[in-house]
This record gives sequence, C-alpha cells and structure tokens, in this order.
Amino acid sequence: MINDVKKIVILAEQKKGKIHKVTYELLGKAAELIASFPEGQFEKDVIVLGSDQLNLDEILHHGADKIYHIAANSFDMPDEWLYKENICELLKQIQPEMLLVGATTFGRSLAPRIAAALETGLTADCTELMIDTDGKLIQIRPAFSDNILAHIKTETLPQMATIRYKEFAPAEWTDEVNGEIIKVDAYVKGNELIEILEELEESEFDISDAHIVISAGKGIKSKEDMKMIYELAECLKADVGASRAIVDEGYIDKSHQVGYSGNRVKPSLYIACGVSGAPQHLAGMKESDVIVAINSDASAPIFEVSDYGIVGDVYKVVPMLIERLRSKEI
Amino acid sequence: MNIAILIKQVPDMERVKFDCERGLVDRSTAGVEINPFDLNALEAGVNIAESKGCESVVLTMGPPRGADSLREGIARGASRGILLSDRAFGGADTKATSKTLAAALKKMGVPEIILVGEKTVDGDTGQVGAEIAEFLGIPHISYIEEILNISENDITVVSNIFDGKFVKKAKFPVLLTVTKDLNVPRLPSFKSKSIARKAEIPTWSLEELSDFIEKEEVGIKGSPTKVRKIVVPKAESRVCKKEKDNIENFLDEMIGDLIEKNVLEG
Ligand SMILES: Cc1cc2nc3c(=O)[nH]c(=O)nc-3n(C[C@H](O)[C@H](O)[C@H](O)COP(=O)(O)OP(=O)(O)OC[C@H]3O[C@@H](n4cnc5c(N)ncnc54)[C@H](O)[C@@H]3O)c2cc1C
Ligand SMILES: Cc1cc2nc3c(=O)[nH]c(=O)nc-3n(C[C@H](O)[C@H](O)[C@H](O)COP(=O)(O)OP(=O)(O)OC[C@H]3O[C@@H](n4cnc5c(N)ncnc54)[C@H](O)[C@@H]3O)c2cc1C
Repeated sequence: MINDVKKIVILAEQKKGKIHKVTYELLGKAAELIASFPEGQFEKDVIVLGSDQLNLDEILHHGADKIYHIAANSFDMPDEWLYKENICELLKQIQPEMLLVGATTFGRSLAPRIAAALETGLTADCTELMIDTDGKLIQIRPAFSDNILAHIKTETLPQMATIRYKEFAPAEWTDEVNGEIIKVDAYVKGNELIEILEELEESEFDISDAHIVISAGKGIKSKEDMKMIYELAECLKADVGASRAIVDEGYIDKSHQVGYSGNRVKPSLYIACGVSGAPQHLAGMKESDVIVAINSDASAPIFEVSDYGIVGDVYKVVPMLIERLRSKEI
Repeated sequence: MNIAILIKQVPDMERVKFDCERGLVDRSTAGVEINPFDLNALEAGVNIAESKGCESVVLTMGPPRGADSLREGIARGASRGILLSDRAFGGADTKATSKTLAAALKKMGVPEIILVGEKTVDGDTGQVGAEIAEFLGIPHISYIEEILNISENDITVVSNIFDGKFVKKAKFPVLLTVTKDLNVPRLPSFKSKSIARKAEIPTWSLEELSDFIEKEEVGIKGSPTKVRKIVVPKAESRVCKKEKDNIENFLDEMIGDLIEKNVLEG
C-alpha cells in the first residue's frame, strides 16, 4: 500500500540559505489539493538544492512530508543546467504526479529545461490550481498580456507548473513536525559549458514586497521633479514605483518599474502620480488593496481601477498631500 | 560564426478584443506584428553579426503570413529568413513548438548563438527558449541585460536572475534569452526595406524537417498541454471617488479614511 502513495513535489528555491517564501505558499496549496483525494493517497515532498549546511527546519514546520536535500556548494549560483541534471536524476526515483515550481526568474528559466528533459508539459505562471473530476490538475494562468485566464490540463506526467508568488496563502506553521529530511550528495557537481563568474551588486532594490507604493509616471516632467515623489514616499515609509515611460526616460532605475515587463506589486496602498493606466501598467498593480490616482486628465484609464481619484496637477496635489501627512505625523 | 534569431508573429495587443460573455479572443480585426520582445533579440543578433562580419538568420514557426514578419526582420538588419509552416505544426504548445524549432536549428547546423525574446505577448509563457536549449543539449542563459564580451569560443553576459545580476560565460553553441533593457531596436531603413521586399523566404514543412523530428512530435499531437477553456475576466474596475474642485477637503477625508482602515500603518 505504502508504495502506492502518490507525490506532489515542490521545488524550493534558496539563496544564501534563505528559502524563497513562495515555497510555503506551494506547500499550503499542495495540502489543499491533497485534501480532495482520499486520505493517504498523496504526500507532499520538497526538493531543495544547496550547500551541506542548509537549515531546512522551516520547511518541515510548514508541513512537508519529505525533504530531499541535494547537497553541493555549486548550487549557490543559478546554473540551470546543473540544477536540471541533479533534479532529473532524483526525480527518476520519486516519479511524482505533480511538480510545482515557484515562478521566480530562476524558476521560470529552470522549469522549462526540466520539462523538456522529462518530455512533459509545463504550464506557465499559474495563479490557481484545482483538481478536476478525473483527478488531474486544472492549471489556471493569465495569458494575452494578462487579459484572459486559460484553464490548462497536462496529459503527461509529471504535471508541471510554475506558480506566481503571492497568489496562495502560505501553509500554517506548526509546532509538531512529521516529515523527514533525506540528504543526498549531488549527482553532478560541475558544468563545463557555463561558468558563472560573479554576482554583481546584489539586486539593488526589490519592490515586490512593498507595503505602500508611490508610483510616478510621465506626468512628472524631469528627474529633478522626482524629489517630491521621494518626499511623499518618505512621509508614508513607502517605496517608489514607476511606469515604464519614466524608466525609459532614465528618471529612475528599472528595478522600480511596475507592470507587465516590470514588477508585480500588491501593497495595501498604491498612489499613482501622473500615470495614465495603460493595460501593461495595470497588470502590475491592479490587485493593490487601495488605489489612489492623481491625474490631470479626468478620463485617464487609471481612474477606472482606483478607489480615490484626484483630478488635478501632480505638481500641486502631491505637495498638498505631503503637507497634510506631515501635519498629521503619521 | 552563425547567428539565429527566433521571432514570433503575434496579434497587435492594442487591437485584440476580448469577449467576456463568450470567453473568446477575437484577433480578426487586430493586425499582426513581431512580438515586441523579439525586436531586442533581433537587434542583438544583427549587432553581433555586423561586428563579427557573419550572417544572421531569422526563423519563425507559424502560418504562411509569418513571411511578412521575416521580411520585417530582414528590413531590420537580418541577412535572411526561414519560415517553418505546415498544417501539422498547428496547435503546438511550448514543447511541440520548441521541438520543431530545435529540429530546424539542427537542419541549419546548430548556430553558435541562438537569440530569443523574454516572452511573447500572446502565449506569454517564456518557456520556448529554455526548452529549445534542452532539446539541443546546449546551455542557455536567461534575462540578459548586457553583453560584455564575445570571443572565438564563448560569450560573456549579464543575466538578471535569482534576485541579482550574474556575470555568466557560456561556450558556443548557446541559447540566449534577452530582456528589453539590452538595447533599443533600430527601425527599418528605406534601402533595407526594398531588399527585404525582394528577399526569397524558403518555407520548411514537416517533410523538410523529417530527418530531425517525428510527425508525432509536432503540432497538437506533440503537445502534452491542452487549453481546455478560456475565461475573459470582466475588466477590473472599482467605484472611484473622484474630485477635481475641492481637492484640499477631499485629501483630508481620504487621509481620514485611510487611517481608519489602517492602510497607512507600516
Ligand atoms: C510589451 C510591452 C510591455 C510594457 N510593459 C510595461 C510595464 O511593465 N510597465 C509600464 O508602466 N508600462 C509598460 N508598457 C508601456 C505602457 O504601454 C505605457 O506606455 C506606459 O505605462 C505609459 O506610462 P505613463 O502612464 O507614465 O505615461 P503616459 O501614458 O504618457 O501618461 C502620462 C499621464 O500623466 C498625466 N499627466 C500629465 N501631466 C500631468 C500633470 N501635470 N499632473 C497630473 N497628471 C499629469 C497624463 O494625463 C497621462 O495620463 C509596456 C508596453 C509594451 C508594448
Ligand atoms: C491562452 C494560451 C495559453 C497557453 N499556455 C501554455 C502553457 O501554459 N504551456 C505551454 O506549453 N503552452 C501554452 N500555450 C501554447 C503556446 O502559447 C504556444 O506553444 C506558442 O507557440 C509558444 O509559446 P509562447 O507564445 O508562450 O512563447 P514564449 O515561450 O513566451 O516565447 C519565448 C521566445 O521564443 C521564441 N518563439 C516563441 N514562439 C515562436 C515561434 N512560433 N517561432 C519562432 N520563435 C518563437 C520567441 O523568440 C519568443 O520571444 C498557450 C497558448 C494560449 C493561446
């Protein structure tokens, strides 16, 4: 009987020992999927690659049944080929039904290599997963630049998907731990074809976890004028976001760009200053809890997704807002 | 050295209509264009070819009108184009698409450098590049922002991945996925447009690729993923409290609301 247990495998990403948080969300989702099958039919396992010293207790506390730790120092660098070789070797033993990968940049670059090596299908960047009446996964993903949702099924095994960060609630942390860690030495440790020479400065700035975002668009006329945006951000302990238009102008670094080809944010408050609200910008911010727009054009599309709209000149409204927030000392 | 650039013909997203009621994507009134991200791959390929004095070939898999995109590719500096077109290729997912493109690259003799875009604006998976690399058994590097050096046997680039920027060096042949930050695509010139108009575009069907791929591996048959349903979500809209006259008052009230809802707490 025990050998018949099917597996959902989650590929966990770690950098410098820190487990990417999407891992816990995938464990949460896996538990939910497993609950639609008879008890004991499925287990949820995690594969993680990294140095010998990785501490994986957090993953156990989030409900993993087995953690396979493939150990080698070479996994500190994002080498898709090396990861793929090792993961595919291990998967030969596990033979999972489903393989879920966080849709981080590395995940989206690695997963298709694994899928191709396993000759299986891969669904990209999913925002929802469900179990169909035949026990197979229904994978739901936005496509056509986020305009539609496609329901996709995979006919081969494992059913593979990359999953967006911050779509699912993380699994609860439990005191009690039932899982085990299985450590294996890396099957392949080096790669002749690619050499990763160095990591340049660590990614400057990450807007994706911001609590409040003050975003600037082409309504801001020069780099100097960004000063008032930074001031407003400071009042609210917020991060500064940007439309692509002003990133292209060189007012601000690309890491601040919000949207389809930038970052996706879900803050509790998003204030768009002089942003028109092009679909590609909305794709990155429309799920914010509260959206405020400041725009001189009353018909700007940004107002359609906003909770509060101020039809006015950013050069007047932003300073007014700063003054009020300062006097309230929030 | 040989360089191949893979481009996909996509609908002009500004003009595609989405029908919420029936869950349909209507592309009939939208024109087609080269996937915007692929223009950066093209520019990079043409630049390298110019500096090394070698050829750059644009390839696309799709219906016959894909030839127009190849001509545009030539107008933007590519040396020539090859169209992969066959009824049997229709309905391909990323696996079948990648296998077909990989077969064509094998037939050409795998080029030292293969360039693709970060993702497309329609299918939007960003998977085709890495899958091709695996099917060819060559390395790939994703999210390239900068090309630092190209020597006889290898290329060094900056890849924006894994929450950082990594300098990676790959031996040829290699597949590179580029970002929009890599360059600014050039516009076609009058002269290159007229060359492009006259260019001959060979079409390879399944038959031409038969030494490198089986018929079960292409199109719908070779596709393990199936789109079962398309849902067009209602355009996201909120009830917006809007003000243009009494802004000062409005801001006070808004700040009051936000404080009350605990939105401003860090
Ligand atoms: C493939 C692709 C990917 C893309 N990805 C992204 C992306 O990730 N992120 C992104 O943002 N864009 C993206 N874009 C670009 C997008 O289509 C828009 O061009 C861009 O978002 C516009 O930026 P904007 O709103 O700042 O500028 P504009 O559209 O020029 O809008 C400026 C706004 O400011 C208002 N304004 C002007 N002066 C004032 C003033 N004094 N006071 C108040 N308001 C004022 C105007 O009324 C206008 O609404 C992408 C496009 C493509 C084709
Ligand atoms: C709504 C919808 C959802 C889909 N979801 C999935 C899915 O989750 N998984 C899946 O496997 N398939 C999926 N597909 C099928 C997929 O769109 C097609 O396989 C498509 O041919 C290639 O994928 P892409 O557009 O995502 O390309 P991407 O992988 O995003 O393209 C990356 C790069 O590869 C090159 N490239 C891509 N296609 C071609 C081509 N035809 N010719 C030349 N170069 C090319 C370009 O340089 C491009 O920039 C979906 C299709 C639709 C309509």
